[in-house]
Amino acid sequence: MADAVHIPDEAETRARWGAFAWTAENAEQAKKVIARYPAGRQQSAVMPLLDLAQRQVGAETQTQGWLPVPVMEYIADQLDMPYMRVYEVATFYTMYNLAPVGRYHVQVCGTTPCMLRGSDDVFSACKNKGLVKGGTTPDGLFTLSEVECLGACANAPMVQINDDNYEDLAYDSMSAILDDLAAGKQPKIGPQIDRQTSCPEGGPTSLKDMVKENHDYRGEWA
Amino acid sequence: MPKVKVDGVELEVPAGATVLQACEMAGKEIPRFCYHERLSIAGNCRMCLVEVKPGPPKPQASCALPAAENQEIFTQTEMVKKAREGVMEFLLINHPLDCPICDQGGECDLQDQSVAYGRGGSRFDENKRAVTEKYMGPIVKTVMTRCIQCTRCVRFAEEVAGVPEIGAIYRGENMQITTYLEHAAKSELSGNVVDLCPVGALTSKPYAFEARPWELKKTHAIDVMDAVGTNIRLDSRGRQVLRAVPRINDDVNEEWASDKTRHNVDGLVRKRLDKPYVRKDGKLVPATWNEAFAAVAAVQHGGSVAALAGDLLDCETMFAGKALVEKLGGTMLEGRQTGLAYDVSSLSAVNFNTTLNGIETADVILLVGTNLRWEAPLVNTRLRKAIKKGAKVFGIGPQVDLTYKVEWLGNDASLLAKLPQAVVEAFGKAARPAMIVGGGVLAKDGAHGDTLALVETLGLIKEGWNGYNVLHFAAARMGGLMLGYATQGGIKAVAAASPKLLFSLGADEVDYSAFEDSFKVYIGHHGDKGAHAADVILPGASYAEKAGTYVNLEGRVQRGEKAVFAPGDAREDWSILRALSEVLGATLPFDSFEQLRAEMEKAVPALGQIGLADYGWPNNLKDLPSLPTGASGEFGSPIKDFYLTNAICRASPTMQQCSAELIHGETFAEAAE
Repeated sequence: MADAVHIPDEAETRARWGAFAWTAENAEQAKKVIARYPAGRQQSAVMPLLDLAQRQVGAETQTQGWLPVPVMEYIADQLDMPYMRVYEVATFYTMYNLAPVGRYHVQVCGTTPCMLRGSDDVFSACKNKGLVKGGTTPDGLFTLSEVECLGACANAPMVQINDDNYEDLAYDSMSAILDDLAAGKQPKIGPQIDRQTSCPEGGPTSLKDMVKENHDYRGEWA
Repeated sequence: MPKVKVDGVELEVPAGATVLQACEMAGKEIPRFCYHERLSIAGNCRMCLVEVKPGPPKPQASCALPAAENQEIFTQTEMVKKAREGVMEFLLINHPLDCPICDQGGECDLQDQSVAYGRGGSRFDENKRAVTEKYMGPIVKTVMTRCIQCTRCVRFAEEVAGVPEIGAIYRGENMQITTYLEHAAKSELSGNVVDLCPVGALTSKPYAFEARPWELKKTHAIDVMDAVGTNIRLDSRGRQVLRAVPRINDDVNEEWASDKTRHNVDGLVRKRLDKPYVRKDGKLVPATWNEAFAAVAAVQHGGSVAALAGDLLDCETMFAGKALVEKLGGTMLEGRQTGLAYDVSSLSAVNFNTTLNGIETADVILLVGTNLRWEAPLVNTRLRKAIKKGAKVFGIGPQVDLTYKVEWLGNDASLLAKLPQAVVEAFGKAARPAMIVGGGVLAKDGAHGDTLALVETLGLIKEGWNGYNVLHFAAARMGGLMLGYATQGGIKAVAAASPKLLFSLGADEVDYSAFEDSFKVYIGHHGDKGAHAADVILPGASYAEKAGTYVNLEGRVQRGEKAVFAPGDAREDWSILRALSEVLGATLPFDSFEQLRAEMEKAVPALGQIGLADYGWPNNLKDLPSLPTGASGEFGSPIKDFYLTNAICRASPTMQQCSAELIHGETFAEAAE
């Protein structure tokens, strides 16, 4: 557990990513991000820039992207930071991938609320589709990781796939989502049951009159 | 000046002091792991919890809490006791119980504090975390499972050493301390993280499994690897010095020591001269002391005698050598082995006048022909402190990475005569301007004069401030100059006079091909270049094997003690010279080390007073020696390889490995790319 994630061979990644540079669009964006902070405090831009770089790497490789070491060094040079400080940030946050991932990064929440509401079923749905925790499927489509709370406990269990949340899952709905993605279709984002965002299932349970109009409850207060 | 109460005792603390410091001033011991006086405050170990009123009703980390007026601090209450026990228990959750095989055992903060403040048992019976070992170079051995993430090493690397290569990666329970991509930490100060580490996570690689602290004899000594005069403690067992660690001296080395200082000691037991040798038919053959002395006595010198002093010598040896040469009728003494011939008519013109403490307060600094990082790593840390306070640094000379921002003006000695306007302006505005003149300058004709001429132009002299500094890097240099080990014209003049009898006192950097006609008597401790060229070898003692007086680059007279005995037949240098003088019919007037020291103090009174020697910087700048000026061309670097600068280092496997890996390994790798 405490061992480092397998970081791809250094010489190889240097050969592949040593010449990394922003695309024209991202260079513009990077400049904007850096301009948000006062001069001399440009290091604060490290997190948005790492995210931007990860997305650019993703676009180049048709995946969700990751952060090869030369890319981190490129950002460190741009922000005038020691390499180690950037590396620390990138390893601290689980949202930065230190190894290549597939086109869909399936991040299943396994923290207590989701677990109580059936995240084990979600995992078995993934498992039955051939996804392995911490690994990428041979076709390069899915990478499965177990993550800690993503802050959607009201809709547990949930997964985050790329930038979208899929909530109120069950074994079947999770399988359907994975099938859709594999088939190149966009599944419905958000709750997979009859429910609007995190509102009560089957409609409101309180302030019901408010649904139709701006109802004045004051007269009903005893 | 806030007034606080510590455990009911009222005291006044300096403004800006922390609660922890206030407690220490009150004489209370506050346990800590992450807090260190010379590093920034991290506040992440939580061991220093105390109870503070007014404040929230919970224990507070005293290291990061400023002491405030009318604060009441409690360090002995039940709450504090329980808090310490709790923190200790948490720290020990993932700490292995491998003290019996841990090199830190016996001098481990975690061990000591768990005995003093722990609860004596653990309620944790889950699995412990394990962390793979990290590679940190040839000096630092890592056992990362023992790490308690105090981050002292991370802060040291960034703040003091200036190589931000150590960091903490991952998070929470998976947090690990490592160097960037596990490359060796490229610092000449990396050994200090071993002392800083409060547990056994970072230990000394060359010293691994060598000894326990309680079986070592501890001797206070002075380091001779560079001219800073680092105060060290030599830990020895039997006849071998096992390690050297720095002693705290805020005027000299603070709390640090360079890797060379720490790890040359394994060179003290290798390539040693342990019996006298005499050259017979072109080959050196072992001999007895009497045979060796007879061979020297047979030389018909007729008063043509000279002595060359090495870089590692103590003043007593040099004084005894000088006394013998003079008694035999010789006059020529030289210690600048590589051929430097700078003027020494005023020692203050070749001294580090600002002092090591003073350079921290400089606000504009000009480096001339010096690689501080190699010539005096600990002076470089002082400069880093000055820069932290806002000092600006200009540099003339070969461009090197000094771990901070230097505005390089170019590598051309003629720049000294025509400094760019920006530099002159910066110096004009400076309140405490300083110039540091390195060995590259002293080697160049005219450059020393050029820098002295700048004293007035740049206004280096102010009320209570002298900003002119020459940086030596031989431990014996200032002492040698005080004793007169300098001949007009340098070693070339000595060679030109072709002395019949030449005493080489551990002089290993000399080009002996210039002394082919001389009968060379080598008195030293290592079978290095000096011994190879000698006609008679008299085995002497290294710095660890004799007491001695040393003068560092700022003219600070310091004394070291004798840690162990020299190996085999080797003797202390002064006693060799004394015995030899009798055979040569010129008996020296001292029979004991104390008498020798008394004689030396009579001859040079300054050597008898511990502390800064006064070289008498002239009241009037006109009285500075007027030296030739007008140097031009590039400055060279006098040190080719930081780790192999003297005979002891060259014999040390650790230093050889450092050199191969950290200096040559890098160039090899670059060449391959």
